[in-house]
Amino acid sequence: MRPADDLGTDHSSPEPADETIDRRAFLQRGLSLGGAAALAGVGLDSRAEVSLPPWMTQPGKPFSNYGQPSPHEKATIRWISSNAAVPGNGISWTPLHNLEGMITPNGLHFERHHNGVPQIDPARHRLYLHGLVGRPLSLGVEDLLRYPMVSRLCFIECGGNSNTGWNQEPVQAAAGNLHGLVSCSEWTGVPLAVVLDESGLLPEAEWLVAEGADAAAMNVSIPVSAALDDALLALYQNGERLRPENGYPLRLVIPGWEGVLNVKWLRRLQAATQPVMARNETAKYTELLPSGKARQFTFVMDAKSLITSPSPGSHLTTPGHYPITGLAWSGRGVIKRVEISTDGGKTWAEASLQQPVLPQCWTRFRLPWRWDGSPAILKSRATDETGYVQPERATLVAGRGRHGYFHYNAIVSWAVTREGSIEHVYA
Amino acid sequence: MSMRKAGKALSLAIALGVATEWAYGRAEGPQLGRTLSPQEIDSIGINVFPDGSGLPPGGGTAAQGQAVYEGKCASCHGPKGLGGSAEELAGGQHSLTSDAPDKTVGIYWPYATTIFDFVRRSMPLDAPRSLSDDEVYAVTAYLLFLNGIIDRDREMNAQSLPKLEMPNRHGFISIFELEQTR
Repeated sequence: MRPADDLGTDHSSPEPADETIDRRAFLQRGLSLGGAAALAGVGLDSRAEVSLPPWMTQPGKPFSNYGQPSPHEKATIRWISSNAAVPGNGISWTPLHNLEGMITPNGLHFERHHNGVPQIDPARHRLYLHGLVGRPLSLGVEDLLRYPMVSRLCFIECGGNSNTGWNQEPVQAAAGNLHGLVSCSEWTGVPLAVVLDESGLLPEAEWLVAEGADAAAMNVSIPVSAALDDALLALYQNGERLRPENGYPLRLVIPGWEGVLNVKWLRRLQAATQPVMARNETAKYTELLPSGKARQFTFVMDAKSLITSPSPGSHLTTPGHYPITGLAWSGRGVIKRVEISTDGGKTWAEASLQQPVLPQCWTRFRLPWRWDGSPAILKSRATDETGYVQPERATLVAGRGRHGYFHYNAIVSWAVTREGSIEHVYA
Repeated sequence: MSMRKAGKALSLAIALGVATEWAYGRAEGPQLGRTLSPQEIDSIGINVFPDGSGLPPGGGTAAQGQAVYEGKCASCHGPKGLGGSAEELAGGQHSLTSDAPDKTVGIYWPYATTIFDFVRRSMPLDAPRSLSDDEVYAVTAYLLFLNGIIDRDREMNAQSLPKLEMPNRHGFISIFELEQTR
């Protein structure tokens, strides 16, 4: 289903592509260039002696119980932004600019905590179901581990992701530190519908009020229709049990819906006829419009994409070949198309979508690009299966104003300077 | 299945094969849940709804709440609900259509019951669940008083709190509902 105010417009097939990103042209020229480079390489290196690296002349380190990244990858970390007075209240960002593929490593999944990460003993954790049910239930984690499970690859995105985009001036930061409140994992757990079925959900139940076992006892209301559709009681993240910061031992996963609804440390579900109107569905996670009215229960995360490489922090050293790659996702289904512009949106070329392309999941896109050394503006634009097209920033701001704070999904523009550095711009 | 994600059922079925049977609730669970007693439900059920259901016995006034606020809230939220390190709760000057809208309790929050629900479960951050129900009622009353919604001596309790109509009660559009009915 298309979004209610549908700022994403249909548009016809891509306009004629800029020739520097025409794939066939690139491949032909790339091949001939590659051949020349290979010949030059033979000439330069033929008399040099290759010395053995030290790691080939002595035994390596022994086994480890739990592997860690290479010490050379120390820059690939979550960037933390928390309240100095209350360190457990804040966020940390997934370093999208340092990652590839479509899966976020568990230690780099973004975080949003309202009052710290609870250290939960799974033996003492229970899931309670009550309210409008035939039989109120209490289930232990060991019980849930014996229920039928499914796995689901999907993104989780904070409703507040990318919100500096509402600022008047573009903020200069790495791509992940602007847009990294989104991550993608394989979540495995029990379909919520199975447990609701056992508790005998009553027909008048329209909402489930979910609550976490953290120090904020964070609560939000979720429509029963979503719970019965594909919501998961997730126990595993990318094959291992959930990380504490991602809800250990149990979290709700509602594919494609805003992060706050994917309640971590899930402790309680109360079935009700009405939403609870919690602080985090009224005062927060609502989007004030220019009219003074605010959008509420904006559950679905609309289509979005961004180029993760090249991106701010990258440096293009010489003119030549630089692959463009990035991520696209939509809470409304599969990504149908991602287009790339290198001239600020005048012309667009279609990127290739790397398989698998799954609903409510990150889709990796790629396009070869030849930088000719002149200034360029790189953009990506996603279209999902409903026909919704990711809007330009001006369109989004015209429709929503600048005080909505949440659900910013406009096209991202990176300017390549003549020197080869990358800047965040509004263009 | 709901209309919400009808379009993706087929692709999901292909991706998950037979396991998809479970994804839509047709699988039988092993019935391992223990039935909750009414006493257990009472002790865990802290949701407070806009119609007042879930509110406990007890009550408090702004006059009583001021002491609670000054002792346990003001260090982060400022002496009168603004000017602290935490978000502004009162004293908003700019309307929701201004260039710098203040999303304070009096200007933005649609329900008074939300204050009770949130304060009881989450506040203060360094000692959540430490306030008595009377203290939560009192500090709720004080915040309503600071926002000019009630008088200093009006008691907030399970009857009076849900009856208050907040200034921004009709300020929200349910996008979920809008999309369901289109």
